[in-house]
Amino acid sequence: MTQRNEIVMLEVTTDWYLTLAAILFSIGFLGMMIRKNALIMFMCIELMLNAVNLTFISASKHFGQVDGQVFVFFVLVVAAAEVVVGLAIIVSIFRKQSSASVDVLNVSRG
Amino acid sequence: MIEALLFFAPASLIIIGALIVIFAKNPVHNAMGLVMTLVSLAIIYITLNATFVAMVQMLVYAGAVMTLFLFVIMMIGVDKKEQTTDSIKGQTFLVSGVFLILISLLAYVAISSDFKWDLWFPPVEFDAEGTPQLIAGVLFTEWIFPFEIISLLLIVATAAAIALAYDTKKRNSNA
Repeated sequence: MTQRNEIVMLEVTTDWYLTLAAILFSIGFLGMMIRKNALIMFMCIELMLNAVNLTFISASKHFGQVDGQVFVFFVLVVAAAEVVVGLAIIVSIFRKQSSASVDVLNVSRG
Repeated sequence: MIEALLFFAPASLIIIGALIVIFAKNPVHNAMGLVMTLVSLAIIYITLNATFVAMVQMLVYAGAVMTLFLFVIMMIGVDKKEQTTDSIKGQTFLVSGVFLILISLLAYVAISSDFKWDLWFPPVEFDAEGTPQLIAGVLFTEWIFPFEIISLLLIVATAAAIALAYDTKKRNSNA
């Protein structure tokens, strides 16, 4: 009976959110390393940034301060700027090489 | 109970979406998986009292950034013949090993502490919702200097994107 009550009263604490963020970050890392398409690597960077945002928001709730939510805005703006510049680079590379694979890019090789 | 449901339903959608992002072959499917992850994250933000951040997440990430991704997929086409061989020998194997170590470490920490980690500080009772008023009150007083810097960064990024995507050669040959 007590065990049944425990299951029903399952409380979602900050740890669960942090665990979810860690899993999301790991998946983003895995994708970043195994994919060769530059566009998909960008999406994986977005996944990792979102994992960090989730950490900020859950910490903001945990400590009762709003600063974490403000910082998420800064992360969001940096992510947007990074995507804009990155996609412009991908487009201009695609014009030259007609491929978005990162392994054919060795123009700046020493 | 409803609280747990409001966590586990979006959480599973987030993980499924993330797996679609890294394993789907068609870039459009990857983008849709990312949209799924971002929208589910916005739901989680609402349950964490960050209402305004959730709305911004929907507008900026699921709206603007994803549109940008889809535009670029449209411009460069769907690259079907993605190279699958490793340029560094054993790269996939190595990284999968690192991933498994990370996940099993996480599982060990979570299970051994019975999902009750000692987080240095006990949680503070904080029921104030992250409304625009609350966020703006902090953003435009305490964080005003970073805010100005970040606006400068946006202008630089926009100018850089135009400079990078501008096809000088084609322009000159047409003139």
